[in-house]
Amino acid sequence: MTGRLSPRATILVVLLVSALFLLPWVAGKYPVYVAMQILILAVFSLGFNLLFGYTGLLSFGQAGFFAVGAYGCAKILLAVPNLFLGIAGGVAAAGVAAFLLGILSVRHTRIYFSMLTLAFGMMIYSIAWKWRDYTGGDDGLVGIPRAPLEIPGLVTISMAAIEHYYYVVLVLSLAAILAMYRLVRSPLGLTLQAIRDSETRAAFAGVPVQKYRLFAFTIAGLYAGLAGALLPPLENTVTPPIAHWSTSAEPVLATLLGGIHTFSGPIVGAFLFFVIKDVVMRFTEYWLICFGIVVVAMVMGFPNGIMSLFENRKRPAAPPLEDRRAAGKTGSSE
Amino acid sequence: MELLRIEGAGKRFGDFVAVNRVSLTLPAGRLTAIIGPNGAGKTTLINLATGAVFPDSGVLRFKGEDITRLAIHHRIRKGLSRSFQIMNIFARLSVLQNILLPVLARRGRTAIPFHGMERETEALAEARQVLREIGLLGHEHDPAGALSHGDQRLLELGIAIAPAPQLCFLDEPSSGLTPTERSTVLELIRRLSAEGRTTFVIVEHDMDVVFSLAEWIVVMNRGEVLAEGLPAEIRENRAVREVYLGEEFSA
Repeated sequence: MTGRLSPRATILVVLLVSALFLLPWVAGKYPVYVAMQILILAVFSLGFNLLFGYTGLLSFGQAGFFAVGAYGCAKILLAVPNLFLGIAGGVAAAGVAAFLLGILSVRHTRIYFSMLTLAFGMMIYSIAWKWRDYTGGDDGLVGIPRAPLEIPGLVTISMAAIEHYYYVVLVLSLAAILAMYRLVRSPLGLTLQAIRDSETRAAFAGVPVQKYRLFAFTIAGLYAGLAGALLPPLENTVTPPIAHWSTSAEPVLATLLGGIHTFSGPIVGAFLFFVIKDVVMRFTEYWLICFGIVVVAMVMGFPNGIMSLFENRKRPAAPPLEDRRAAGKTGSSE
Repeated sequence: MELLRIEGAGKRFGDFVAVNRVSLTLPAGRLTAIIGPNGAGKTTLINLATGAVFPDSGVLRFKGEDITRLAIHHRIRKGLSRSFQIMNIFARLSVLQNILLPVLARRGRTAIPFHGMERETEALAEARQVLREIGLLGHEHDPAGALSHGDQRLLELGIAIAPAPQLCFLDEPSSGLTPTERSTVLELIRRLSAEGRTTFVIVEHDMDVVFSLAEWIVVMNRGEVLAEGLPAEIRENRAVREVYLGEEFSA
């Protein structure tokens, strides 16, 4: 939480980013494809963890905003083949949806919040399923072009080759990761973490708690929307299952794997998620069962995620997050 | 100057009347202690004054302005603050960050999204000054949850005074402290009170603390104000003595 990266971490990050940029030259199409999936899930999970690890709100409905981003991007690309417009439009649509549903959701906390977000997420799923004229129903939207990246009058970069699109995904994901890294270390990030630790105390420190929860919810929605918007140009199709609650479970699982109290937890978790999925799928189609066992074992063995193993050991460990709210005495704001 | 005026405030929880038509005026600069047996309504009165609960009846005025139904964070901005009887700190944040939050909130800088905390130099200096006053400067990077019980109580007090309030309620500030920690807390309250920026209202069970600190004492019983007056008057009050019969009050 204290600002700068250690020299070792800096070297590691530089090596990792360089490796990611070199990937299309040294690896085939499949690793590049998987790398894109990992980056997309990493962005999705980072947004989720701003809500969960940093603000203390467990959302089970992030797939709804993921889907709004994906469908929004797909509809734009089908109408106007401009990659930048498609992605920006998807992100904006998801942000608006998150803001509006957030107004209703952040009035509640704990299990009530989780259930509300689950319900809103499944509402979006139903819309994707039933509003056939606009979403294509169970057929989804097909034939979405991987439109060129076009800045009028300046450049037009074709995205026909998957490697070209890989760089779009890579640059946008890295930008999103960097923005989140700055955000959690800013005064806004501190305020969200304070709300997580004690909403009553935060209110009595002068913080309008619900407003900040809505900030966090909207930002998480923007990240889910970006992750979703990066998908249609890659897959050329969007179908309702991406809005299903089981898609909402992906960032939850990835974040739990990596660790909720470490910035890099969701990113490492997204990587582990696909590695485990990829390995297990070679042996059985019931990969989710094996995956579940791995997650249970990890959560029991490393309750703070894999990344807790690499945390700075010099600092005394913070105690587990207990409910220290003076609930009975000051049942406020709910 | 009159800071807070409570006019006929009432609050019931189901059939239980926690506070029954209490009227009270808290002038600036007078260190007031609220005493009374358990269940007398002391903490509920603080909750009403600071906005944790809204009253069923009555009006609250802070510096003449009606704040009866004002949200908590608005009251804090206007100059009210409080500490809690039950430990209520930000356990996973560092000690410095615990103090930094109310300081940033008062300066209206909590919504800044993308720049590092090290650039908030004025807020940092102010937070360190508060840490110096509560004697926790050496612990600034420790997670607050790892502090000893006594140090957490001091931090609790620090969070309450960090918004530089004009009126600050302290709910049993000395409970669970060692004699040394207790004298640190009392000394701090006395000093800040003498500086005159903040008027303190303390709820206390320890009569030694009450009579050594308070300039004015309000006695509550069964949700009502039984008596209020100078410490010497309260000590001689017959009704108060009856409520405290058998307790250490004759000291």
